[in-house]
Amino acid sequence: MTTTFVRRSGAIVLRQAYLMRGSVARLVPLFAWVAVDMVLWGFITRYLNDVSKAGLNFVATLLGAVLLWDFFSRVMQGVTTAFLEDVWSRNFLNLFATPLSIGEYLSGLIASSIATSSIGLAVMLVLATTIFGLSFFSYGILLVPFLALLFLFGIALGIAACAIVLWLGPASEWFVWPIPAVVAPFAGVFYPVSTLPPWMQIVARLLPPSAVFEDMRAIVLGRAVSILELCRGGGLAIAYLALACWFFTRVHRRAVRVGLIARYSAENLG
Amino acid sequence: MPGVRRLRDMPETVARPPVLSVTRLRKQYGDIVAVDGVSFDVGRNEIVGLLGPNGAGKTTVINMILGVLEPSSGSIAIEGIDVRSRRTEALAHTNFAAVYAPLPGNLTVAQNLRIFGLLYDVKDLSARADRLMDQFELRRFKDVRCGVLSSGEQTRVGLAKALLNAPTLLLLDEPTASLDPSAARDVRERIRQHAAEDAVGILWTSHNMYEVEEVCDRVLFLAHGKILLEGDPKRLPAEHGQKTLEDLFVAVAREPLAIEPR
Repeated sequence: MTTTFVRRSGAIVLRQAYLMRGSVARLVPLFAWVAVDMVLWGFITRYLNDVSKAGLNFVATLLGAVLLWDFFSRVMQGVTTAFLEDVWSRNFLNLFATPLSIGEYLSGLIASSIATSSIGLAVMLVLATTIFGLSFFSYGILLVPFLALLFLFGIALGIAACAIVLWLGPASEWFVWPIPAVVAPFAGVFYPVSTLPPWMQIVARLLPPSAVFEDMRAIVLGRAVSILELCRGGGLAIAYLALACWFFTRVHRRAVRVGLIARYSAENLG
Repeated sequence: MPGVRRLRDMPETVARPPVLSVTRLRKQYGDIVAVDGVSFDVGRNEIVGLLGPNGAGKTTVINMILGVLEPSSGSIAIEGIDVRSRRTEALAHTNFAAVYAPLPGNLTVAQNLRIFGLLYDVKDLSARADRLMDQFELRRFKDVRCGVLSSGEQTRVGLAKALLNAPTLLLLDEPTASLDPSAARDVRERIRQHAAEDAVGILWTSHNMYEVEEVCDRVLFLAHGKILLEGDPKRLPAEHGQKTLEDLFVAVAREPLAIEPR
């Protein structure tokens, strides 16, 4: 990795840092909504533990699932928000007329997301462990591949979402925000994939997070963990990331061909 | 052509390619031809005016040079480097300022210059940004968000950004459009000095014909995507039976078909 690559990608990260530093509206959502989620689901799981006769620890299953899913959502939104800053400030012409390459730009978006999602993860961990007694040690070393897999898939979906906005125009950002909510029912975040009807199970197997949540529940219930499933999920996440980068590059090329970069606010020149 | 004359006067630059070389450039959107086989060069120390009525294709040409719009055919070389195949390398030698591309209004002047300085990989960036802020009298706005500056101040920030990487090709799309006459004169003087001292080639669009006559060594008249006329802005009107450059502009804009493409 050359110094130039780092400087140009770093410029995108620095831009995000400047915007965060000067804006409460950008800073607070990094931790406020995940904190609200932790508190809400923390009390729900505490209540379920009290009333349930099954002896199941809902803190480790439900609250752990909410935390991991929120982390995934924050990673994805970390990428898309950094990209949308260029949409909102109509900065594409200035940006893409520089020597910045697509690889450098996407790397900058990813690095921004690492920084912002880490803040959300830290806040969630503090709240979940100190107030509700969630122990991540119970997941053991598998927590690392869990987070890595969700991170990779979050980045992949984030880049794909950016490509959609670049393709369809600024108004299509409304397609981006609900993506985690649309994916969640298929990914088996709160229930085993076997609960789903067969066609939804097929979709679930194509979604890398389903492997994470299946294995997470297996650990809590003392069942055998499927490392193979986790590897399959990891392989899928890497494949989706490569596919998302290819998709973004194709959409950018089209935007350059039809003149959309120079006149992005026109939304569609194709 | 003055550009050629200048190159002849400076033997040390003769072996170098023109700063910008545009060859048979064409852009077509469906049935509409926006730019139709345009060819021209910009030499070192030369300011070339790209003139034409609204919709003539000036901004389309500039966007293609900047690599943000793909030509349908033809080629563009900056410092002899092909923009299509070696985009990053070619764009490192250029920069631009345009009224329709203000810098992000939610960042301060200093922050914008820092970010674009990193994108252009400018060495000794802090000193360079400070020098340009002094040059364009922006020091007192250093920590002010660009969005709250007046349009004239924003234009000066755009010009400071355009000079950050000391480009050898500078593209200026109506650079003085939002400036008062005094500020516009200052900017023209600075840019002319920049072109003369740093072996820079400048492509300048403007609808102010007095400015064009004062600043440009050579002008290209573009209409319906074609270059109709080319020459010295001081001599061109007389050569075509017009009193002033503005009269010539109006004649070209109203009856482009009466003039054969060069």
